[in-house]
Amino acid sequence: MTVRIGVVVFPGSNRDIDAVNALHVAGAEPVVLWHDEVDLAGVAGVLLPGGFAYGDYLRAGVIARFSPVMRAVAGFAANGGHVLGICNGFQVLTEAHLLPGALLRNRGLRFVSREVSIAAERLDTPFTDRLGERRALRMPVAHGEGCYYADEATLDELEANGQVLFRYVHPDGTRAGGEDDRANPNGSLRAIAGVMNAAGNVGGLMPHPETAVEAVLGSDDGLGIIASFVANAAARQAAGAPVVVGAR
Amino acid sequence: MTTTDFRFAVNVSPKSGILDPQGRAVEGSLGHLGIEGVTAVRVGRRIELTVAAADEAAARAVVERLAGELLSNPLIEAYAIELLGAASSTRSEVPA
Repeated sequence: MTVRIGVVVFPGSNRDIDAVNALHVAGAEPVVLWHDEVDLAGVAGVLLPGGFAYGDYLRAGVIARFSPVMRAVAGFAANGGHVLGICNGFQVLTEAHLLPGALLRNRGLRFVSREVSIAAERLDTPFTDRLGERRALRMPVAHGEGCYYADEATLDELEANGQVLFRYVHPDGTRAGGEDDRANPNGSLRAIAGVMNAAGNVGGLMPHPETAVEAVLGSDDGLGIIASFVANAAARQAAGAPVVVGAR
Repeated sequence: MTTTDFRFAVNVSPKSGILDPQGRAVEGSLGHLGIEGVTAVRVGRRIELTVAAADEAAARAVVERLAGELLSNPLIEAYAIELLGAASSTRSEVPA
């Protein structure tokens, strides 16, 4: 049986079709979940795609946080359900306090839309364990607010707990520097491109692995991330994880 | 119960120590205007709203909650609440 993965669509989401395509490529069955849904239709995992949910008014991701579907997603995550946020989805997860830190305006102030390289910090997480080896992964970024920020104590804690999932790197795999280094597209602190929660079931990143899943798209380096997420969500469901039906 | 309309402003600004690229860009442009001696520019946002409540304390409690949960992200932003004025409302609830 193919694993069913929810793709949440907010008004203003625009990478949902890419997410649906990536899930197909990874062998999963995407289930589109509208923002006013109160239950998650028994999916094994939830993907929050990129875009500009609710126009990104006030702060990117904050209005989406209060939507009915996010209440269900929060309940799902609290029960150990696997959730992956990409770009705007990552911003939504930080605003919802499901992931630590915040995404600030890019240090260069410009919207950045180009290819970057990232590398996984660890290969033993539910978001990276199908990558096989640590190497630079090429995929696009497209965002105006992607500068990862947390205070120094939180950053130290994230490093100590192994919660840093991805960092921006140079094409040769060496870690990107600060805002003056083009390899760090938004000036993220410690070149952090993605993090996960302490429990390891919720992860997010600013770059777009879902648009780098087939050679015809210019890169298929993102497929390992999507495949890791799908495989681990499937394994959790196969192990008899409870099906969450809304958190109202 | 008769309510009063309280008009508030919530001023949200980046916490001190948090990088503010917008403030830095504004500061960087000052030289083009021939202005000197202006430093520490911070760019925030101001939200004005009206709350109908029995008294100011009740209205303030609503604004506090809004400011902390929605209008600002406490991780990166600080807020200050300012009462702009109050006007007795014609609104009154008919007893059941």
